[in-house]
Amino acid sequence: MLILTCPVCGVTAEETEFHGGGEAHLTRHGPGSSDDDFEDYLFMRENPRGVHFERWRHVYGCGKWFHAARCTTTLEVFGTYPAQTTEPPKDLRAKISKKRPGWTWKDLA
Amino acid sequence: MSTRLATGGRLLNKGQPLQFTFNGKRLRGFEGDTLASALLANDEMLVGRSFKYHRPRGIVASGAEEPNGLVNLGDEGTFEPNQRVTTTELFEGLTAQSQNHWPSLDFDIGAINTHLSRFLPAGFYYKMFIHPRPLWKHVYEPFIRQSAGLGRAPKARDADTYEHFHFFCDVMVIGGGVAGLQAAKTAALTGAKVLLVEQSAHWGGRGPVDGGTVDGKPVDNFVDEIVAELDAMPNVTLRKRLMGAGVYDHGYVLGYEQLRDHAPETPGPRHRLWRIRAGHIVTATGAIERPLSFAGNDIPGVMLASAVRDYVANYGVSAGDRTVVVTNNDDAYLTAFALVNAGLRVPAILDARVLAEDSAAMAEAKALGIRVMMGHGIAKVAGGKRVTGVGICSQAGEGAVLEEIACDAVAMSGGWSPVVHLWSHCGGKLVWDEAQAHFRPDVDKAPTGAAGEAFATPAGAAAGEMRLADVLTSADQAGKAAAKAVGFKPTRVKPPVGETPEEAPMQPVWLMPQGAGPALRGKAWLDYQNDVKVSDVQLAAQEGFESVEHAKRYTTLGMATDQGKLSNINGLATLAGSLGSSIPEVGTTTFRPPYTPISMGAIAGEARGEVFQPIRRTPMHDWHAANGAEWEPVGHWRRPYAYVRAGESTHDAVMRETKNTREHLGLLDASTLGKLIVKGPDAGRFLDMLYTNMMSTLKPGKCRYGLMCSENGFLMDDGVVARIDEDTFLCHTTTGGAERIHQHMEEWLQTEWWDWQVYVANVTEQYAQVAVVGPNARTALEKLGGMDISKEALGFMEWADGELAGFKVRVYRISFSGELSYEIAVDAGQGQAFWDALMVVGHDLGVMPYGTEALHILRAEKGFIMIGDETDGTVIPQDLGLQWAISKKKDDYLGKRAQERSHMTDPERWKLVGLETLSGAVLPDGAYAVGEGANANGQRTMIGRVTSSYHSPNLGKGIAMGLVLHGPDRMGEVLEFPGTEGATYKARIVNPVFYDRDGEKADV
Amino acid sequence: MSEPMTAGADGGIAAIAEAPLQGMITLRGDLSDDTIRAAVKSATGQKVPERGMINTADGVGVCWMSPDELLILCAHGDVPDKLHQLQESLSRVHALAVNVSDARAGFILSGPHARDVLAKLCPVDLAPDRFAFGQLRRTRLAQVPAAFWMLGEDRFHLICFRSQKQYVSDVLTVSAQPGSAVNVWSKTISGT
Repeated sequence: MLILTCPVCGVTAEETEFHGGGEAHLTRHGPGSSDDDFEDYLFMRENPRGVHFERWRHVYGCGKWFHAARCTTTLEVFGTYPAQTTEPPKDLRAKISKKRPGWTWKDLA
Repeated sequence: MSTRLATGGRLLNKGQPLQFTFNGKRLRGFEGDTLASALLANDEMLVGRSFKYHRPRGIVASGAEEPNGLVNLGDEGTFEPNQRVTTTELFEGLTAQSQNHWPSLDFDIGAINTHLSRFLPAGFYYKMFIHPRPLWKHVYEPFIRQSAGLGRAPKARDADTYEHFHFFCDVMVIGGGVAGLQAAKTAALTGAKVLLVEQSAHWGGRGPVDGGTVDGKPVDNFVDEIVAELDAMPNVTLRKRLMGAGVYDHGYVLGYEQLRDHAPETPGPRHRLWRIRAGHIVTATGAIERPLSFAGNDIPGVMLASAVRDYVANYGVSAGDRTVVVTNNDDAYLTAFALVNAGLRVPAILDARVLAEDSAAMAEAKALGIRVMMGHGIAKVAGGKRVTGVGICSQAGEGAVLEEIACDAVAMSGGWSPVVHLWSHCGGKLVWDEAQAHFRPDVDKAPTGAAGEAFATPAGAAAGEMRLADVLTSADQAGKAAAKAVGFKPTRVKPPVGETPEEAPMQPVWLMPQGAGPALRGKAWLDYQNDVKVSDVQLAAQEGFESVEHAKRYTTLGMATDQGKLSNINGLATLAGSLGSSIPEVGTTTFRPPYTPISMGAIAGEARGEVFQPIRRTPMHDWHAANGAEWEPVGHWRRPYAYVRAGESTHDAVMRETKNTREHLGLLDASTLGKLIVKGPDAGRFLDMLYTNMMSTLKPGKCRYGLMCSENGFLMDDGVVARIDEDTFLCHTTTGGAERIHQHMEEWLQTEWWDWQVYVANVTEQYAQVAVVGPNARTALEKLGGMDISKEALGFMEWADGELAGFKVRVYRISFSGELSYEIAVDAGQGQAFWDALMVVGHDLGVMPYGTEALHILRAEKGFIMIGDETDGTVIPQDLGLQWAISKKKDDYLGKRAQERSHMTDPERWKLVGLETLSGAVLPDGAYAVGEGANANGQRTMIGRVTSSYHSPNLGKGIAMGLVLHGPDRMGEVLEFPGTEGATYKARIVNPVFYDRDGEKADV
Repeated sequence: MSEPMTAGADGGIAAIAEAPLQGMITLRGDLSDDTIRAAVKSATGQKVPERGMINTADGVGVCWMSPDELLILCAHGDVPDKLHQLQESLSRVHALAVNVSDARAGFILSGPHARDVLAKLCPVDLAPDRFAFGQLRRTRLAQVPAAFWMLGEDRFHLICFRSQKQYVSDVLTVSAQPGSAVNVWSKTISGT
């Protein structure tokens, strides 16, 4: 069972206080978008062996959504950060590069 | 015979005799005994029958690794099967029964299987069941059902209670032997918060029995002193009878504390499951001795050498009068010494090794006058329900018996394996130690935690350090490493020095004798509990089950309740030998938690009985209960399904309530409906995105019904939205939808439109809400008095704040029944009083409370959809004829793009219609309509299904709604719905609004 | 109202009592905004607490619930006035204040083993050096959301949703059952 630190309220708690919300940094495609874009947005998800960015909600705590960068094989949590962003913070990406040289995720590296 | 010795028994309180019964026999033991030692003291060596062949089996071990001594403990509410006698502490009045035999332990019919063993080899079941098929049902399955399983499932309700406990520490040390104690002390000296747990009732582990000195003093003294020191440290928590059951991700450990198993009369929970988060874990879990594989090694009286020693030293119990020791190492000599020192006979030590010169142990044995036979082993054991002797052979040969020695016990030692289970649970890797012939933790490949750091360190025997001096050094290093890992600075305090005699190296022996033929191999047991022999593993290898995981499943080696604690390494070695590969090449199977079985009660904790689930109650719950409510669970809420009166069936009550609401006055507890306040300058814009229809144009004081879809277009919730003021809305959700929709709103606000100025608050539980429904509704409210609720003042789909009978209320004129209806919200604390006031004024107006089933019928009569009935997560509003609630003016709303997909606009999608049986009967809910033709599987083509179906007392017939192919274009057509038990229903497609099609009744 | 339901008297390891009626107002807004901070101070006499903390005295105070949410505590009867006062003073900023007094139920846990009772149900480090007076924790209590803070040594105020009051009362009682003291927080606490 994971432990995560909510970047919003600062509480470090076990997984049962949180609720997973799937892949982070999706771009919403609404009316007018192509079928391909909409399909990507609605259905296509990363399923990496390694570095992954995902959404969590501190459901039994402050109620806020946040993002976590996590390794899907070792379960190492590289960091958590607030949800109000379209991409992971630079320092976090640098930290991941140090620990997992050559990592890629979607168009990030 | 096995018996109690006049002297010895360091763990016993001989001043406190205890009575217990085994298979109805009254026996005596002492305080401090385990059930195993007490049974042996009473010469009860035979404790059970094996799983497959029903062979007589005796106690083999003295600890958690015991495979045979499993009994039923207690009875009725305290009955529990498969309890290990070696870890069950004796208490006054204990009752135990042996398992897996019929009619008695001594005479068991199933033992015939042992004579059939030639026909029950590894994979027997798999091979037999291939064909002929009919035999499965009539022969094999009944046979297996009869013989499968150990013990008996409890029938009575568990009389005990259980609980969880969350605990956090810097360093957790698992195992309270010499290594664990030292590691805990070293870590604690740094100031770290340390938790030290020990599964048994005693500190020190094997140390006091195995001897040696620590800083020149006996191990016993060292243990007492260090426990006292630890106990005095404020940063140390010591717990006995608490087993480290499993190690999981991010330093999560489950600890299994047995609070009252040894003292059932004390109050409190029986077990406590500790949910521990440790910064770093030290696994000081010791080692387990391995059996040797020789023919007849399962006959009662053949025991692990260390166990024989334990029983003498700890409990003053001898396993036999004449004990032959058979070994491949020096450690087992300690057993011979202990026996001789206790005045018992050791006719021979059979040492499979051939060494150039005698070790210290051999010299001592010889000095004590014990016959030591190097290069020898056991060809086979003589005896049935008890060892009567052994045939001695050369280890290098094929088992020709050179000599027979009479004995009634055999103490065997095949070397020691570190207990690596907890290390391995969460991914710690192992290395093969050639010299000691065991797997030990690979300290460079520890399990890793949240920050990617190694979070476990092995110590002592669990790390592969078998000598006291090394155990103490390793424990000290582990304690320092653990403290350092969690940010504490190790001290320079030197660890104590351990001393034990020098030992000669062990030599691996995987089969005894080395060249044993099929007859001997077929009686050489690897896994006692699951009856797996050397020959079975060899057969598996021959048949191509080369992967260790496959061989395990094919033979069931290590799959019993002891998880192969004794059989693991011997089995791997046998497999490796058969495959001609090395043991590390074969590798191990996966170690899975828990270390030993833990009770279901401990896992459930407090969640049982009344608090199994968090039932949610409305403010009027008790009134409903007192007035005949039968409950319908809606999520965790309990809503009255109907209020059943004396002499009435539930159906009668539903019909009465439904009719009365249309004809007079009904009250519904609607408190469970979700109520969300949405406020801010962007609230209108936000709701326009959430609902399919336009909410921003709603005028303050007005209400509007809205539909909510998920981003993939499917209908997820519905409800009435009231505009409170320019930037405030109140959104009603379905019962059970409040949290989900609140979360849905927050998700979009926090993760997509975080620059929009909107706040949401869930005020569902702030209010009790009552629907006052029926032609007399207005009169009732007028009788309460306090505000104008006339049609002019409060029109249909309007709301107003005011006062009724002195209660501060918010009144919504909305209707889910098609009748004149007011939904009235009051502060929850006033809910019951308000309800009472309505019952009083309603008395002369024919008031009756109604439940959820009447609510369903009323809405179905009106053709109103219900989320969860008409929708199932695949239905879009367009399927339900709800185009009127979908704004065409909006560029966007959640689900809009999805609803433009080709599949969503497909004219072949099933659409909502009403259905009426030709006979007036009620269609079965969920029934499918069938059309012409069949699909590829020969099933009749389905063209629709029933989504809601009721008997309408107001219309006097069955009414239903359903989704039907081209439904709205087929009005008047008759469809066939096959029901269960061969019945077929014919129903006509009709308009889904069965009652008051023009909506005149609600708008009066 | 504060009659103990479980107390040392019947052998339970902590006293569990229903809390007296407590006025509660949820206030959502930008907590760094001066208008909001001033409004809170004027309504409660307390400053906006730091993250994870509560500022309270005699049942009047402010709880930090999230970066844009406070829970204001006051006398139950004062809620309409306080709410009106807040809404007035916040009319020009983006904020939401609603009465949630009746949406919640409250309990007072007391006694030397009160921490045990909570630690059995909540995945929270309740060691005295990790959870102390002045802190507020929102978490999971068995299967439902809850929040608690300390009123003094060995005394906790716990709130949950009103509909789950019976459940919470029941699980607290189970957790406080006689003979169930864990005895880990302080070695000076004697066992039961």
